[in-house]
Amino acid sequence: MSRSRLIRRGLISLLLLVFVLFPFVFSNPTYTTIAVFTLIYMTATTAWNGFAGYSGYIPLGHAAFFGTGAYTFAVIAQSNHLGAGYGMFGLIPISGLVAGLVAIPFGLVALRTRRHTFVVITIAIFFLFQLVATNLGITGGSSGLQVVSPNWPGSTYNDPFYFVALGLLVLAVAASWTIRRSRFGLQLLAIRDDEARARGLGVRVGRVKLTAFVISAIPVGMVGAVYAYFVGQVFPQFVFDPLFDLSIALMAFFGGLGTIWGPLLGGLLLEPLQQYLTFSYSVGDLYLIIYGVIFLAVILLLPMGIVPSVSAWLDRRLAGRDRASPPRPAAGGDGDQRPGLVPRPGSST
Amino acid sequence: MSALLEVEGVSKSFGGLQALNLCTLSVESGKVTGLIGPNGSGKTTLFNVMTGYEPVRQGTVRFKGDPITNLAPDRVFKLGIGRTFQLTRIFPRLTTMENMLIATQHREGWLGSVFRTSASLGPERDRAMELLQFVGIEGLANQPAGNLSYGQRKLLEFAYVLVADPDVLLLDEPAGGVNPSLINHLAEKIRELNDQGKTFLVVEHNMEFVMGICDSLTVMHQGAAIMTGTPAEVRAHPKVLDAYLGGEDGEDDA
Repeated sequence: MSRSRLIRRGLISLLLLVFVLFPFVFSNPTYTTIAVFTLIYMTATTAWNGFAGYSGYIPLGHAAFFGTGAYTFAVIAQSNHLGAGYGMFGLIPISGLVAGLVAIPFGLVALRTRRHTFVVITIAIFFLFQLVATNLGITGGSSGLQVVSPNWPGSTYNDPFYFVALGLLVLAVAASWTIRRSRFGLQLLAIRDDEARARGLGVRVGRVKLTAFVISAIPVGMVGAVYAYFVGQVFPQFVFDPLFDLSIALMAFFGGLGTIWGPLLGGLLLEPLQQYLTFSYSVGDLYLIIYGVIFLAVILLLPMGIVPSVSAWLDRRLAGRDRASPPRPAAGGDGDQRPGLVPRPGSST
Repeated sequence: MSALLEVEGVSKSFGGLQALNLCTLSVESGKVTGLIGPNGSGKTTLFNVMTGYEPVRQGTVRFKGDPITNLAPDRVFKLGIGRTFQLTRIFPRLTTMENMLIATQHREGWLGSVFRTSASLGPERDRAMELLQFVGIEGLANQPAGNLSYGQRKLLEFAYVLVADPDVLLLDEPAGGVNPSLINHLAEKIRELNDQGKTFLVVEHNMEFVMGICDSLTVMHQGAAIMTGTPAEVRAHPKVLDAYLGGEDGEDDA
C-alpha cells in the first residue's frame, strides 16, 4: 500500500523532472514552441476534465473561457500601454478570474439543461462569445488585437512561456486531484451517476455543478492569456475556436475521461501530433482528418480511453497472477458468503 | 396522537390522468404506517409529492406541523425525511462506502466541501460502517456499488438513507423483487429501527410483509385515501375488497 504510494510519488517527481529539463535538452525553438502549445492544451484538458469527467456533463464551449482569458490579457495590456516583460505574466491570474466570472452566467444558463441539450447549449453560447468578439470595439473586431512581444533572446525566448505553462499545468492537476478526493468531488460523481437521487440525499446539485463549472473555466482562461502573450496576437476566430473544444474533449476521451492521468496523456499524445503535422506539411487542417480517425477509433476500440483500459488490463493480469500463486484469503470480503441474503439475478449495471 | 407527516387535500394530474385526487393522509410519530392500494392508485406519486420530486398546485404537505409543499428534494431530505425508490437507485460507479458518504454532506459549508477530503471523514465513515453492518453488507464496503446484487442494492439504499439520521423514512416497495429471507431480514430491521423511535411510511404489495410490520394501514384507491385502520380492520373492510377486486383499476403505477 505505502510502497505503491512511494512508487507513485517517485514516478511523479521523475515526470516533473523530465518536464522541467525538457527545454534545456531540446532547446531548438521548434520543439519548445510545440511544447508550450502542448502544455497549454494539457492544462485546458485537465481543467475541462475536472468538470466534464466528474459530473458527466460534456460542455463544448470552454473555448469561450480560453478566448475570454486571451482577450482580457490583450485588452488590459493594450489599453494601459503595458510594455513587455516578465511582469506581464502577472495578468494571467486576472485573466483566469475574468474567465471564471464569465463562467457564472454561462453556467447558470447552460446547467439548466442536461445531456445532449447541454452540449448543444454550450456550443451555442460559445458562438455568442465569438460573435460578440468579432463585433465589439474593445476587442478590435475581426482585425483582432496585437500584444507587444518581449525582446528576449531568440534561443531561449520560449522558456519563460514554457515554465509559466508548466506551472499552470501543475496547478490544474493539483486542483483536479483535490476535487477528486474531496467530498465535493464525491458529490459531483454522485451527480454523474444519478443526479435526481443525489438531490434526494441532500446534495445541492445546482450549486455543486456551477462551482465545478467555474473552477474548470479558470485555468482555461489562464492558458488563454499565455496563448495571447506567446502568439502576440488575438483574433476572434483563433481564440474562440470551436476546434479548441473538440480537441480538448478528444484529448480527455482518448486518455480517459474522469481520470487524473487521462487528459494529461491525451494532450501529450495529440497536441504534438497536431503541431508536427502543421509544421512539417504546412497544411493547418491535416490534423482534423487524423483527429476524426482517432475519434472513431477511440469510440470503437477504447470507449473508456487509454488509462482506464490499461489499468483494467493490468488488474486482470495481476488477478491472473494471484490465482496462479498459492491461495490467499479473499480481500474485502464477498457477499456470496451470505447465501440467504444474496440473490444474484445478474443485474449488474 | 401526534402526526409527524401530514398530507392534506393533495391533487395531481398528468394530462388527463388524475393521479391524486384530494388525497389526505397522516403518519403518526413513532409508528409504522403502511400504504397499500391497487396498481395505479397513486402511492408512488404521493411519495414523489411528499419528497419534492413532483410539484403540486393543490393541497399541503406538512412535516412537524410546518408546510413543506413543493420544497426541493434536497431541502426535504435535510429536514429529516428519507426515502427509497421502488426501482432501487444507487450510484453504480462509486463504491458502497462512497455511496454511504453522499448523504453525510449536509453538515458543512460549500467551499469547505471542496477542500475536505472524503478520506478524512473519520466519524462519518465509522457511522456509515455501523449502518452497513446493521443491514449486513459491510463486507462490500469497498466494492463498486454497480457490482451489488439487486437485494444488496436494496439494503444499500436503505442504509444510506439512514446515514443522515432522518426522523421518518418513506420506503417504496422495499420487499419488491427480493427473496423471502431478505424480506424477513428487512422486516426485522424496520422493527428494530422503529423500536429506536424511527417513523416509517411503507408502500408495499406484499400483504404478509405489510400486515406483519405496520401499526396502521391506509388504503388508496384512484388517487385518494379511502380508509385508515389497523391491519385487521383493513383486511375485513368491504371497501378495500372493492378497491382490489371490483371497480375499474388504472394501469401500473410507475
